[in-house]
Amino acid sequence: MRMFGYRLPGMSSLIVWGLLWELVGRLGVTFFLPPLSEVFVTLFEVIGTPAFLKALGETAYAFILGVFFAIVIGVPTGILMGKNRLVDELLLPWVNIFLSAPLTALVPVLMVLFGFGMQSIIITTTLFAIWIIILNARAGVMQINRSLVEMARCFGASPFEAFTKIYFWAALPEILGGVRIGVIRAVKGVIIGQLLISIVGFGALFELYSANFLMAHFWAVLIVLFALAFTISELLAYLERRVSYYAAKR
Amino acid sequence: MAMSQTNLASVQSAPSVAAAEPDVAVSARQISKTYGEVEALRSLSLEFPRGQLTSLLGPSGCGKTTLLKIVAGLLEPDSGEILVNGKAVTGPGPDRAFVFQDFALLPWASVIRNVAFGLELRGVAKSEREDVARKYIGNVGLAGFENAYPHELSGGMRQRVGLARALSVDADVLLMDEPFSAVDEQTRRKFQEDLLSLVQNENKTFIFVTHSIEEAVYVSDQIAILLPRPSRVLEVIRPSGFRDSGAVNIRRDPEYLDIVDKIWASLRSYVE
Ligand SMILES: Nc1ncnc2c1ncn2[C@@H]1O[C@H](COP(=O)(O)OP(=O)(O)OP(=O)(O)O)[C@@H](O)[C@H]1O
Ligand SMILES: [Mg+2]
Repeated sequence: MRMFGYRLPGMSSLIVWGLLWELVGRLGVTFFLPPLSEVFVTLFEVIGTPAFLKALGETAYAFILGVFFAIVIGVPTGILMGKNRLVDELLLPWVNIFLSAPLTALVPVLMVLFGFGMQSIIITTTLFAIWIIILNARAGVMQINRSLVEMARCFGASPFEAFTKIYFWAALPEILGGVRIGVIRAVKGVIIGQLLISIVGFGALFELYSANFLMAHFWAVLIVLFALAFTISELLAYLERRVSYYAAKR
Repeated sequence: MAMSQTNLASVQSAPSVAAAEPDVAVSARQISKTYGEVEALRSLSLEFPRGQLTSLLGPSGCGKTTLLKIVAGLLEPDSGEILVNGKAVTGPGPDRAFVFQDFALLPWASVIRNVAFGLELRGVAKSEREDVARKYIGNVGLAGFENAYPHELSGGMRQRVGLARALSVDADVLLMDEPFSAVDEQTRRKFQEDLLSLVQNENKTFIFVTHSIEEAVYVSDQIAILLPRPSRVLEVIRPSGFRDSGAVNIRRDPEYLDIVDKIWASLRSYVE
């Protein structure tokens, strides 16, 4: 965007919203919204504290493991579904159901099954991320050029080599697209899991802050989470662009 | 494959070209193939002499690609069998290499990796296979493009990458499915000349699918004319006289022109 002849950097509008927040905070309309400057001051106070680092560590742990399982299970499953008609018929309805299901409602069930701890949070994270990853990997494989597969067979590729050298790469642009959306969903999953279980990670932190009406703390932590989610998503978008040179030419 | 012993014996005892041509690299015996309702090939038999180029010529949809894929081991015939160097084909093998009509290049891999891909699948070490690949990249006239990606190449250049890949695995039999379909007329003529010297210099057996009568007569030692579905061999023509008159003179040779006319005469009745 341009204004008064100057090119504005991306997301300059955030400054406007930040100023508005500051203004509303200073007017003291509601205790719920402290001035943004105060939130940032709190952010820097909070960020080094053991409680915050512990929450961050636990969240990162659950998030990374959850996403790891979603990718490691989701990508091969999706590829297999795209390759094999029978597997596809068997699994596709379930994938579609879970993709659109209100997974939050399942978290209490998971808690009953897997206890009130890390395990449930990891599984929640995986459940949030995996379905779109499966569907995208499947779509990537289904649009693969048949003659690439025949070429690989012709030059002696084993089924496993066809999997790792052809199917995976041919589907990579779609797979990365799926992983990006999956990761964004996983952020949701890990936070919702922690909130509902609320004795670990940021869940415990949020519980503490809101019980004590520490709104500046609450917003500070929220801003950190948003920033993390945004960074991860941008990173994956960058990777996606790296492979897009062949996405249109398969 | 599905053939019984007795059946096989009767084929062999039947008078065939094999008696006259002792060194046969590939032979197709009574191949039939049906796709659902469509009968593509019906009991097609044909022999491919070693070290020579055989063209498959026939109307569109008559089953040329199907036959080539059966020889490659990518498709299984409903009945009949393919012998390569005397052994029945049960699947793809290192003795045959395929040049695909649509190139079938890996879009995420550089030219050199694409050319070396056949060797990569055979477990040849990286430095070794890249040396071989570089040699064939040079042979097809793509030196300097080793690190380019397929989308940076023209259609004709991609075609040559596919050709170099097939050459680099050093298979006895090269299966080429309309390999010059994607190039302009000048490049096509250049490729045809290159192909002639390739046949002369490499002791390989070429099976070459084309739509063009002139191209078939120009490059072939033997031309098999296929009938429309269900496809059988109508006629096998072996141009002999003008082979040695040099690449430039072939098109002016009376025998060349005669054969082109003759083939057109036998095919025109099948073209509506
Ligand atoms: N996978 C398939 N499923 C069903 N029918 C097929 C399949 N592949 C080929 N056919 C049919 O078999 C016949 C022969 O096909 P083929 O591709 O071998 O022809 P072709 O001689 O190579 O034709 P062209 O010269 O146009 O490439 C065609 O009529 C086609 O419709
Ligand atoms: Mg064809």
